[in-house]
Amino acid sequence: MYEIRIHSRGGQGGVTAARLLALAAFRDGKYATACPFYGAERRGAPVVSYVRIDDRPIRVYSQIRNPDLVIVLDPSVMEVVDVLHGLKRHGKVLMNGTTTEKIHGAPAFAVDLTGIALREKLVIAGSPILNTPVLGALAKMGIISVDSAKSAIREMFSDERNVRAAEAAFQELVI
Amino acid sequence: MLTIATGNKAVAAAVKEVKPYVIAAYPITPQTEIVEQIAEYVTSGELDSRYIPVESEHSAMAACIGASITGARTFTATSSHGLLYMHEMVNWAAGARLPIVMANVNRAIGPGWNVWAEHTDAFQERDTGWLQVYVSTVQEAYDTTLMAFRIAEHADVILPVMVNLDGFLLSHSMQSLDTLNAGDFVPPLHLPHAIDVLNPAGYGTLTGPDEHFRFRWEIEKAMRRSRKVIAETERDFAERFGRSYGVAEEYRYEDADVVVIAMGTLGKEAEVAVDLLRNEGVNAGSLRIRWLRPFPDLDLSGREVVVIDRDYSFGFGGIIAQSLMARQRVDLYSVIAGLGGQEVTYDDIAGFVRERRPGTELWFGVNGNV
Repeated sequence: MYEIRIHSRGGQGGVTAARLLALAAFRDGKYATACPFYGAERRGAPVVSYVRIDDRPIRVYSQIRNPDLVIVLDPSVMEVVDVLHGLKRHGKVLMNGTTTEKIHGAPAFAVDLTGIALREKLVIAGSPILNTPVLGALAKMGIISVDSAKSAIREMFSDERNVRAAEAAFQELVI
Repeated sequence: MLTIATGNKAVAAAVKEVKPYVIAAYPITPQTEIVEQIAEYVTSGELDSRYIPVESEHSAMAACIGASITGARTFTATSSHGLLYMHEMVNWAAGARLPIVMANVNRAIGPGWNVWAEHTDAFQERDTGWLQVYVSTVQEAYDTTLMAFRIAEHADVILPVMVNLDGFLLSHSMQSLDTLNAGDFVPPLHLPHAIDVLNPAGYGTLTGPDEHFRFRWEIEKAMRRSRKVIAETERDFAERFGRSYGVAEEYRYEDADVVVIAMGTLGKEAEVAVDLLRNEGVNAGSLRIRWLRPFPDLDLSGREVVVIDRDYSFGFGGIIAQSLMARQRVDLYSVIAGLGGQEVTYDDIAGFVRERRPGTELWFGVNGNV
């Protein structure tokens, strides 16, 4: 089972990112669950969502303690949350941004999802949309296929700019 | 069609498939997505139902009662405080023998204010005459909602059915969902005592002690007959669609020396704990109780039992643990866990089994061995 924890702030689309990722994994023929953790937090507060991907039906509902991959959609949460907490020994980190210098002790990759969203004018209520471009980065990392990433985005959003943003993230992420 | 959906959306999709004539509802977290989705189906024309947005849950159930007595198929959904607010009408629906189907997204009762999973909300309605079933996956939520209509409306039952799913853990989790073309799996409703203007009759009038007593006995007879109807419905569902669940779902149960009993998502997570324990050489199994009413006949003889209650009756005990002890001589370890959405992992469940102390009760996480 491959377990992913997504860190973001309320309103940034972390929950939707989890759902898109689960949908893409499902379109790859895997079993997948997206379990957002709903706390008392509201817009702007640090939030986490979880995705599990497996070849067999998934029977776990509790929160992910030892993720294989941590996604940080908003690096500012690192000031208040230990995003590496419980990361598996060979676990990886995917950061939104231009640098991974704040991550120590784990292989980390950075891609400027915010910049991509702004370039594509993917902004809702003043917030850049990060959850569709991040799928492109995850496809580059081999967690989902490119085709499934695109079809998942198209199933949930009709605006093609979301697909273009994912393609840009795929190209820009250096592995 | 194969897709991916939340537990809430699965319930809504099943409701769309059986096409209730009337849906009356009031939103409440974490159930709101069910009635929002159904409202969208009705607005888009995908579902030809009368959707009544009401001013409270009490009115939601009252509207369902009014519609149901005309012989119309009806549905509503609620949770927690909403369910308790409609309590009077919940009783009325069963007493009036109306086959209403309701989804209840299990959530703790305040105060303190809490929106997370607990079964005490529905358990407070367990003596109303409703059938109650608890599900553990998105697919099961869909399948069970379909079956609930057929069971409720069956001529041998004619009682309301409540389909329960854990708040957030299932209501907001996305998993794969195979939506069905149900065909004639749920036949048209024929309510024997539906209002007929050509044959006027009295409804809800004063009944004396003898009639009241007889009506109660009729409810219990229907409840007893419902066991057979549930089994038949499950069998037919399995033949048509290839899935079945049983009144309680067994996992590595046959040769188990120690059995974990739980409900809802905890019952599913317990299966992972069983695998862990088996790898350690512990002959564990699990039993996920699905139907609370009618309560299943379980044969637990010769096994040790660890019961996890996501509920409590103050001054009495875990309600499932006490129910089992009332029905058979069994040495069980009663664990109270998961109230108000308390995090309980498969590791924790395996720990309950390893450290079991039959004859005692544990309040998990608060050093509460009593």
